Amino acid sequence: MAKPKSIETLLAQAGARRDPHTGALSTPIYQTASFAHAELGLSTGYDYSRTSNPTRHALEEALTEAEGGARACAFASGLAAIDALLRLFQPGDRLIVTEDLYGGTFRLFEQCARPFGLEAIYVDTSDTDAVRHAFAQCGAKGLFVESPTNPLLKVADLPALAELARKHNAVFIVDNTFLTPFLQKPLALGAHLTTYSATKYLAGHNDVVAGAVVAATPELGEKIAFYQNAVGGILGPMDCWLTLRGLKTLPLRLQRQQDNALRIAQWLNEHPRVPRVYYPGLSAHPGHHILLRDGIGFGGMIAFEVDEPARVPAILKNVQTFLFAESLGGVESLITYPLVQTHADMDAALLQRLNINDRLLRLSVGIEHVDDLIADLESLL
Amino acid sequence: MNYRTRLLHDGRDRDPYTGASSIPIYQASTFSQPDPEHPGLYDYARSGNPTREALEETIAALEGGAVGLAFASGMAAISSVLMVFQPGDHIVATNDVYGGTYRALTTLFRRWNLEHTFVDMTDLEKVEAAIRPNTRALFAETPANPLLQITDLKAVAELAASRGLLSIVDNTFMSPYLQRPIEYGFDIVVHSATKFIGGHSDVLAGLVVIKDADMGRRIRAIQNTFGAVLGPQDCWLTLRGLRTLGVRMDAQQKSAGEIALWLKQCAHIKSVFYPGLPDHPGRAIHERQADGYGAVISFEVDGGGPATLALLKKVKLPLVAVSLGGVETILSYPARMSHAAMPPSERNARGITDGLLRLSVGLEHPDDLIADFDQALART
Repeated sequence: MAKPKSIETLLAQAGARRDPHTGALSTPIYQTASFAHAELGLSTGYDYSRTSNPTRHALEEALTEAEGGARACAFASGLAAIDALLRLFQPGDRLIVTEDLYGGTFRLFEQCARPFGLEAIYVDTSDTDAVRHAFAQCGAKGLFVESPTNPLLKVADLPALAELARKHNAVFIVDNTFLTPFLQKPLALGAHLTTYSATKYLAGHNDVVAGAVVAATPELGEKIAFYQNAVGGILGPMDCWLTLRGLKTLPLRLQRQQDNALRIAQWLNEHPRVPRVYYPGLSAHPGHHILLRDGIGFGGMIAFEVDEPARVPAILKNVQTFLFAESLGGVESLITYPLVQTHADMDAALLQRLNINDRLLRLSVGIEHVDDLIADLESLL
Repeated sequence: MNYRTRLLHDGRDRDPYTGASSIPIYQASTFSQPDPEHPGLYDYARSGNPTREALEETIAALEGGAVGLAFASGMAAISSVLMVFQPGDHIVATNDVYGGTYRALTTLFRRWNLEHTFVDMTDLEKVEAAIRPNTRALFAETPANPLLQITDLKAVAELAASRGLLSIVDNTFMSPYLQRPIEYGFDIVVHSATKFIGGHSDVLAGLVVIKDADMGRRIRAIQNTFGAVLGPQDCWLTLRGLRTLGVRMDAQQKSAGEIALWLKQCAHIKSVFYPGLPDHPGRAIHERQADGYGAVISFEVDGGGPATLALLKKVKLPLVAVSLGGVETILSYPARMSHAAMPPSERNARGITDGLLRLSVGLEHPDDLIADFDQALART
């Protein structure tokens, strides 16, 4: 059997060879709602674009291949993707969920899923024992993990968690937005489903809002596709095409972002006014050895504390190369103040326990020259 | 088949492979060739792109020509057509030719030794008198911009044919929905599809339709060589616009008729130019060759420049802008916009005075537009 293609090759040619009629190298944008039938009972394979659309299909197949899954579904946003996942559960079901969860996912669990009887039990999922304990206590039907987490980049031991989920017959879902299939393939590590805000690294240009789910088995994939069609939170053809276009450069972008991030994290680590740096690529980071063991990368996200909270407003006001903005994963470097921006809705006690304080800043490192990024930080600090 | 139906189904109305009700946007620059010895339907998108081809087939069918071609703008379309001529050739063009065409003929093509004469094309004798031994084409526009003079398409086409000349017409103001010059014997029709065909003020595009297949091949070769092609996204938007051309034009010209009549009885309006008005010169000819009067009106404000500028500042609904044919009503000031480069004496001789305004009527309710002009024209 031929050696499987590397992800760089798969992604560079994502969407190519999809139009046998014309040979177009770029998948056509089927900006259409409906498809005409030649006669009764004779479909071209496409009927109505909510159910399936050739451009979306090209993106979904590219994601399936990149991840090594059975089927992928593209959604209108990362949250629309997670919403489809939550429909796998029943009222009364409990899920063990990473405690330092993305704020939007937290709001979805608490304000949309909880009223329908779905209960999230928040646990530090970087602590496998804590997850084991939670399973024993609550008999959860699902395990929803972000790794690395946002903004403190706590790393979960995915193979160990997969073992626990299997033992308790729970559906194991990993939000892989930060590392993407280029750096981490949770399905290969035992997860049943991965989910993405494709807005971030997958599309990568801060120009499209998109989400995706990849299923490890055809059965799970079919269920997700059913909810995708029945609920209807699909991704439109133009956005599918932009995401597909972004995917082609994912390995290049993320490699550069990761290289830049490591240099910046090392530089910050030496800086007298930076008492704390969170980056899994640093050997002192508690998740470093796990990511190293599983043969994957460390990504392009960094969090760090400055010595004085009074320094923060001036930093955010005077950034030159970094942009002061929410979101992450794009080619441009962004700086965020989690306490005020991304994590404003989180409970104060939890913020304190997680060390998300008024000195913490988050960097989404882009593909600019790293010297310019460091020079910017140097002048600010 | 009724033309309103043809606007939806002529040419390519669905994707032949998937049945998609909207032609796919082939945002591709190149096409893979499975068999190097037998080239596929498409090789490189400048030479051919399935989305552009759908638009080109559709406009060819709608104008009744053999070949349709899509260009990056109306001026790219016109300039590409003019490339069929040789240095030393001569063209007779209408006096009131669009300003961009005027500039192309008088500056760009002049340098290449393409000669031209401007004549009043409503007067066939003057056209005939302007024809020289090296004349190769007649270039018409009807109704003309901005005073909406009417040229007799059949007479001009017959004159061209009898003297072995190409007849070219800019059909932008009417669109094929209202006027199909090839049916009257014209050889080449050009459009700024930016206007009524695209219709939403959101895309720049030009179209050419050629009656004869051989001439079509020659201009297609120029399109490929010169390369001013229309991109796939813009082709798709233009196709999308074509689908509502009939309903838009119906509504816009109905409103235009009402507004023209209202303007005509306004105290502060000196004159109104609209082919639908009973006293418009050339109305009978227009009715013979077109299915409607269109949605462009021009009118002259009493009080010249100062009164006109005051009116432009007081109107609230129309967008004061160049261009026309969009769903939004657009009010233009030819003396300061399209004809600003023309010396005032020349302008005035052509009737483009400091009081002249051109109105492209959009889809707003005509009562609202009339009320707006009413308040803007009120003088204290």
